[in-house]
Amino acid sequence: MRDFWKRFRYNRGAVIGLFILALVIITAILAPIVFPQSPWKMVQRPFLPPFEQEGLLLGTDALGRDVLAGLAHGAYVSLLVGLVSTIVALAIGVPVGACAGYFAGRIDDALMRFTEFFQTIPSFALAIVLLAIFQPSLTFVIIAIAVVSWPPVARLVRGEVLSLRTREFVEAATLSGLGNTQIILRHILPNALPPIIVLASLMIAQAILLESSLSFLGLGDPNIMSWGYMIGAARTVIRTAWWLSFLPGMAILLTVLALNLIGEGLNDALNPRLTRKSE
Amino acid sequence: MFKPMKLAVAALALVLAGPLAAQDGEPQSGGTLNVVVQPEPPSLMIGLIQNGPTQMVAGDIYESFLRYNFDLTPEPQLAESWEISDDGKTYTFHLREGVVFHDGEPFTSEDAKFSIDVFLRETHSRMRTYLEHVESIETPDDHTIVFNLKNPFGPFLGIFETGTAPMLPKHIYEGTDFANNPANNTPIGTGPFKFDEWVKGSYIHFVKNEDYYMDGLPYVDEVYYHIIPDAASRAVAYETGKVDVLSGGSIENFDVPRVREMDNTCVTEKGFEYFGPHSWIWINLNNKPLDDLKVRQAMMHALDRQFARDALWNGLGKVATGPVSSATKFYAEDTPDIGYDPEKAKALLEESSYDGETIRLLGLPYGETWQRWAEAVKQNLTEIGMSVEIVPSDVAGWNQKVSDRDFDLAFTYLYQYGDPALGVSRSYMGDNAEPGSPWNNVANYQNPELDKLWDEAALMADPEERRAAYKTIQDQIVSDVPNLWLLELGFPTIYRCNIKNPVNTAFGVNDGFRFVWIDQK
Repeated sequence: MRDFWKRFRYNRGAVIGLFILALVIITAILAPIVFPQSPWKMVQRPFLPPFEQEGLLLGTDALGRDVLAGLAHGAYVSLLVGLVSTIVALAIGVPVGACAGYFAGRIDDALMRFTEFFQTIPSFALAIVLLAIFQPSLTFVIIAIAVVSWPPVARLVRGEVLSLRTREFVEAATLSGLGNTQIILRHILPNALPPIIVLASLMIAQAILLESSLSFLGLGDPNIMSWGYMIGAARTVIRTAWWLSFLPGMAILLTVLALNLIGEGLNDALNPRLTRKSE
Repeated sequence: MFKPMKLAVAALALVLAGPLAAQDGEPQSGGTLNVVVQPEPPSLMIGLIQNGPTQMVAGDIYESFLRYNFDLTPEPQLAESWEISDDGKTYTFHLREGVVFHDGEPFTSEDAKFSIDVFLRETHSRMRTYLEHVESIETPDDHTIVFNLKNPFGPFLGIFETGTAPMLPKHIYEGTDFANNPANNTPIGTGPFKFDEWVKGSYIHFVKNEDYYMDGLPYVDEVYYHIIPDAASRAVAYETGKVDVLSGGSIENFDVPRVREMDNTCVTEKGFEYFGPHSWIWINLNNKPLDDLKVRQAMMHALDRQFARDALWNGLGKVATGPVSSATKFYAEDTPDIGYDPEKAKALLEESSYDGETIRLLGLPYGETWQRWAEAVKQNLTEIGMSVEIVPSDVAGWNQKVSDRDFDLAFTYLYQYGDPALGVSRSYMGDNAEPGSPWNNVANYQNPELDKLWDEAALMADPEERRAAYKTIQDQIVSDVPNLWLLELGFPTIYRCNIKNPVNTAFGVNDGFRFVWIDQK
């Protein structure tokens, strides 16, 4: 563990990323305490610029709603969507990939053709179609994002499992009479974990971007204040009140950047042999 | 046989005196008018198509008997004068002499009879329902036309406008297949401008009618209607000087403040009095707990409509006081108060049968303004302790959900056509509540006594009696709160200040530009 942290710390970008993410998480946790009122509450005159009125640090939007409160509550939504949809995507992708890699043969063929079926459709278009069919609520947004983001997980896990299943320790486990499930869960997956963790951190970033894009297009849950919604709503007044789209845009940029930096740091820390020599 | 009524006075002088009085400066002739039309009209033949853009463009070519000023009082146009018999069943119009169509043929009462009795009866569904009240149409001479009604019909004098009763050339259309007549592509009427050219997707060009029967009119030499499909580009076209008149609603609300701040820019809200666009939220009275009057009253008092007007509609329009727009005839003042009062709303909700149920609010899918409005309404209702969920939808989904009554609250807005019998009763009469249409009595408001009164009021001959009947109706409906009335919408017509008179009747830019002149400085 100590080694891990040492190697992670070696990547300075990753530390910065971790710091930003920690800030975002704290904001999300504190949002209901610092801004107990609903972010939809109309508190002041519309289009108040930032830094003009005490108590409304970042001004107000088209309906006079507190932008800072919106950003804070939006942080919670973005993180929630990112985390939950990634967990759901892993819950689909890991078993599919593990089965395909471990059992190989026809099962592998069937599962991979199924995966490719999803991969041939552009993921964003598929998410839009899914949300157009279902009611755009937070649950369905999460499901739609999970459905379009599990195939890469399945392919990655399959590849890892394929390379691990012929190793000696797996053969030893087989000889000692362990069942397939035991072998996959106890012996193969733990060894395949590092790349999955790295991928997961990037998937959270991807999910946050997807949710924002969907909300921007008006396909998000209209009852939930999210960063994408804030940009989508402000887009029409970009010529008169640019900060309304700029601020949530920065929030998305920083959070996604932080997650990417962390992903890179994790990669360095978990695969010491791959650590770039040039640094 | 006729005892002319006091109201129906021949007043040719008014035609010129009315709209031009109190205008700045001496009218100048000449110049080109550049106007934006949105969207591109499907056809300019107004006898066949009567949607918004067609009415706007064709208003320069076609005319009817009358025009209506801002308080909907009729003024002479093709009819110089008119009489209504005392029993309200005979209407006589005296048509102007010396009027010719754009192809040089004279306009006579035969053309008028053909237009109404034959052409529009076949092609114009709204006109057809009005004509059900007409027993016969006579033309005693070339310049007189007489309508004999089966019963008095209060709104009858209100239907002789270009969008409802345009005068068409009999010599071109008689005995032809109206819909496929090649002449539809080169429309011919009696109006101030003649059709010249239509480049699809780009512009429609009209030139001055040199033989127009009103002396010295029109002032401008030509009119271009520019077709620009994107709302932001329309605003830019005005900013760069490509167009000089933006008709109401042709740019987004959020662009209005920027554009109206420009130099030499004037804005008017007038010109929608006949349409009286009225917005409200349907309450689905079939659903619990919305059948409880107290819940509905609580919601009504919870809405801060003044805020919506200021924040979303740029301070244009008026807060509605009930089902009838204040621009429509027989609007009643002093109906029960439905103003913003959150404390009262909370108290009413407390007393009501509301028990935390989630209310589904269906927004109108007409762009950002309406989306923000739904959010504001949701917040207003949340603040008095209700739980509200916005249901998103596209235009087709909105139509479907409202037709199927699959909603609790739903935004809408409708035109009123100047008279409660033409544009208001349809939304409140009990026998007009069948599911399947998003435009009828969607809330399913049932009040048999009022149904009877609506029917009687439409057929009353005496305007004062009608006024009293509609006052009773409005008082009752407002105290029943079957809908949450929002705003009388204000659509700004934006134009350069040196364009004089672009809006001079209750029909706004739809009424033709005969009085428009350009101050060349």
